[in-house]
Amino acid sequence: MADKVLMKGNEAIAEAAIMAGCKFYFGYPITPQTEVAAYMAKRMPKIGGTFLQAESEIAAINMCIGVASTGKRVMTSSSSPGISLKEEGISYMAGCDLPALIVNVERGGPGLGGIQPSQSDYFQATRGGGHGDYHLFVVAPASVQEMVSLTAHAFNVAEKYRVPAMLLADGTLGQMMEPVSIEGITVEDHDKSWALTGTDCKRKHNIINSLSLLPEELEQWNLERYKRYEKIEENEPMWEEYMMDDADVCVVAFGIASRVSRNAIKAARAQGIKVGMIRPITLWPFPKKPLLAAADKVKSFVTVELNMGQMVEDVELATRCKRPILMANRVGGCIPTPEQVLAQIVEANKLGGAQ
Amino acid sequence: MDFKRLVLFAGHYGSGKTNIAVNIALDLKKEGKNVVIADLDIVNPYYRTKDSEAELAAAGIPLISSEYANSNVDVPALPQELYSLVDQKDRCGIIDIGGDDRGALALGRYAPFIREENNYEMLLVINKFRPLTPDAASTIEVMREIELAGGIPFTGIVNNSNLGRETTAEDVIASNAYAQELSAATGLPVRMTTAWDTIADEVAKVLPNVVPLHLQNKRLWND
Repeated sequence: MADKVLMKGNEAIAEAAIMAGCKFYFGYPITPQTEVAAYMAKRMPKIGGTFLQAESEIAAINMCIGVASTGKRVMTSSSSPGISLKEEGISYMAGCDLPALIVNVERGGPGLGGIQPSQSDYFQATRGGGHGDYHLFVVAPASVQEMVSLTAHAFNVAEKYRVPAMLLADGTLGQMMEPVSIEGITVEDHDKSWALTGTDCKRKHNIINSLSLLPEELEQWNLERYKRYEKIEENEPMWEEYMMDDADVCVVAFGIASRVSRNAIKAARAQGIKVGMIRPITLWPFPKKPLLAAADKVKSFVTVELNMGQMVEDVELATRCKRPILMANRVGGCIPTPEQVLAQIVEANKLGGAQ
Repeated sequence: MDFKRLVLFAGHYGSGKTNIAVNIALDLKKEGKNVVIADLDIVNPYYRTKDSEAELAAAGIPLISSEYANSNVDVPALPQELYSLVDQKDRCGIIDIGGDDRGALALGRYAPFIREENNYEMLLVINKFRPLTPDAASTIEVMREIELAGGIPFTGIVNNSNLGRETTAEDVIASNAYAQELSAATGLPVRMTTAWDTIADEVAKVLPNVVPLHLQNKRLWND
């Protein structure tokens, strides 16, 4: 036990980022992610890093563009309304092919919404979020320990493919405390020959830019970027299967919803219902293959979400609507209860034909 | 365990103040004391004293808390009833102060009354397993910041070193060295050591003044 510490999810993200070599953090406070900034404010000066509370979310994301252009690891964090403000900068970042980590500890929306937990920024995170054709690499932790491992992983993947990455959590995960070990963090060494590091008059200068004056050139940039997205879709989907071996019903849930679902699945198993779960760990790329495979084995699906039904659309796409899909959801800062999920599992078990 | 009329719990955020405050209030009530608990937290959005509202009400303990606690209203508001704590001197008050110096700022407006009555203890809740307070030196840093912001000097230490549900009796016993080092450096006594009720008996075999805690946070998941 001695190597473990008791951390809030928000603190774990910050410490993991530092251990992953991130020495630059720019942010602006917003509940429920403020501890990320508070932790960075305490730690960065001690490790020779930079913590800067920007004058706004927009300023913070543009500062990230500056640091990312030099090839250094950089992070910003916010919660839902603040992420909306950052979206212009995130689109520019994608257009400039810059790696960086953006953390969204979601709260209820739309608008100012509330401060309680939510997963209602799923569409925003997985469809790009800003203008233009682009994707973020999106990871969704379900525990404080995963906040550590996925923060580090997101930095590596972002640099490998030169894409911005997003860690999508909800307020509960940000605020909850669990014992964690800050370990197993590897800092991969990827090509940075594109970075603005000064030429010393020895090489041609690099340009970081998202503006093209020629439509054909801009088209080529998009096509090249989508080749990298193809590789990400091929190589980087992550998911966890839970009690799926003999399952008739498949629950699909990520983040805090998957924690609640585990309780419901255990209760359903106790009633003799064969139910399991596929938990997407990456939301983009979405783990399509295991879901399509499950569609040939189970008779129905249940998605559990803290939104009005967003991930359910990806499940429909991935399974090509082969099986009926029910949903257990709450919104506005409320979390589905295990009883609510169990009720939908019981209903789903009545649906669909036997194989 | 005997306490002064007002017992204030402060410390680094996430050190366990709220849980201890609720447990001590319930203990004092069982001893027949006229107890009221106050939530002075203007920092935390989740996991507040208000989570234990039903349990406190069932025990007959009034809860003074911001009417906005656990709501979507993100303002650092304090309820007017808080002044009754310093005015009505016939009852015991357990006061849960928000994390760090920012949380302790709220205490400042009541500090002159509390110091004048001089029937209080201001307890520093510590947890060795929190990443920013792993040793005496870093804990003293947080402690001085809280004293500066809150305007009331600490009178004792509560060693609440824990790793959540994974805490073993050995973890708590081993953390005593850290608490003693802090005690020696500050001159403050270790007033009590807190531990989950499942391991408190084992800890009590080795350490004095062990207070068992029941987990107050309600969760929708087990693992």
